[in-house]
Amino acid sequence: MNGVHDMGGMDGFGKVEPEPNEPVFHARWEGRVMAMTRAMAALGHWNIDIGRYGIEVLPPHVYLASSYYRRWYFRTADLLMQRGLITADELEAGHALRTDDGRNTKKFSVVDVERVSRRGSFGRAPAAPARFAVGERVRAINMHPKSHTRLPRYVRGHAGVIERIHGAHVFPDAVVAGKGENPQWLYTVRFDSHELWGPDADPTVKVSIDAFEPYLEHA
Amino acid sequence: MDLRVRALETVLVQKGYVDPAALDRIVERYETKIGPHIGARVVAKAWSNPAFRKALFEDATGAISALAEIGRVGDHLVAVENTPRVHNLVVCTLCSCYPWDVLGLPPVWYKSFAYRSRAVKEPRSVLADFGVTLPADTEIRVWDSTAETRFLVVPMRPAGTDGWDESKLAALVTRDSMVGTGLPKRPDGAPG
Repeated sequence: MNGVHDMGGMDGFGKVEPEPNEPVFHARWEGRVMAMTRAMAALGHWNIDIGRYGIEVLPPHVYLASSYYRRWYFRTADLLMQRGLITADELEAGHALRTDDGRNTKKFSVVDVERVSRRGSFGRAPAAPARFAVGERVRAINMHPKSHTRLPRYVRGHAGVIERIHGAHVFPDAVVAGKGENPQWLYTVRFDSHELWGPDADPTVKVSIDAFEPYLEHA
Repeated sequence: MDLRVRALETVLVQKGYVDPAALDRIVERYETKIGPHIGARVVAKAWSNPAFRKALFEDATGAISALAEIGRVGDHLVAVENTPRVHNLVVCTLCSCYPWDVLGLPPVWYKSFAYRSRAVKEPRSVLADFGVTLPADTEIRVWDSTAETRFLVVPMRPAGTDGWDESKLAALVTRDSMVGTGLPKRPDGAPG
């Protein structure tokens, strides 16, 4: 979706302000939200793509006015409610109002912590040979799906070069659309700055994205 | 936010979905165990050990996972090499993708709208916000992390460190130098 999360190339957000000796969390609740989110995802209630989309669909004014972990809180609460795992009145009350009898939901325990501290693997067996080769000129297609995609707006319609091939990976667009993993070849595609940003762009800059095969066509 | 988050945790615990002790452990891991010191050891080894360096650029996940002192890291980690001609910079314009296994959780600036919007369009002015100025003819190579690949920048080894062992070298490797918004410290410990 063409949401506010797709920020590459936007203006007006000001300077980057690094914080010296920054703590891992700025408040206790940030760590709790992070941990609860990882735990509930690890139980299989959603995957990384559905989790990301949950943040993208936050109303733009909420997204822009919220800190990072505040966005996480809204996303996680929304996903839990959508799945019927909790209800709005329980969040309001601050305690469980009904039991989970019959759902047989697993419990996230201390023994599961090791497993969630490692990134999952998204490589899969390819369904077909790769369509593009390293060095080949390609163009990012011009598409504007209403649902989740990992093709940022700033490259759509622009031509670049295949720099690396990463094998076939779970296709986020398909997962969020409820169409399964539908593995697709994944490529690093490199663009010249003039191609992306016009004749006034810094000529020493090159930018790459990692693009799934359906995002690309021959240039 | 504190009250809202406490409410959510209470509900999840009462419903039997999570053990709060497990949440404690997750938080503790990121506060005390997983952080940029891991990436710094990787970079120091790449500076000192040519065979490891070669393996790292071919398959960073495999090369790092083979190190007994670090152990298994997540898939699809890609190490990219700074040279006198090319400087690498990593961003995630769409969200906050970052190599957690080797750098820990990302700092606030990495997730900020200013960094995400500008890094792909005007990386030199972003570097200026970090006090970093590169030669005008250095290529700036920006990696937008749009899939489940993750990128680790291997900065150039500072001059004047000949004969240094890996632990001494690792102390020069800053988090920002492994994202591309900084340079390693100088041998005297001054900013790069």
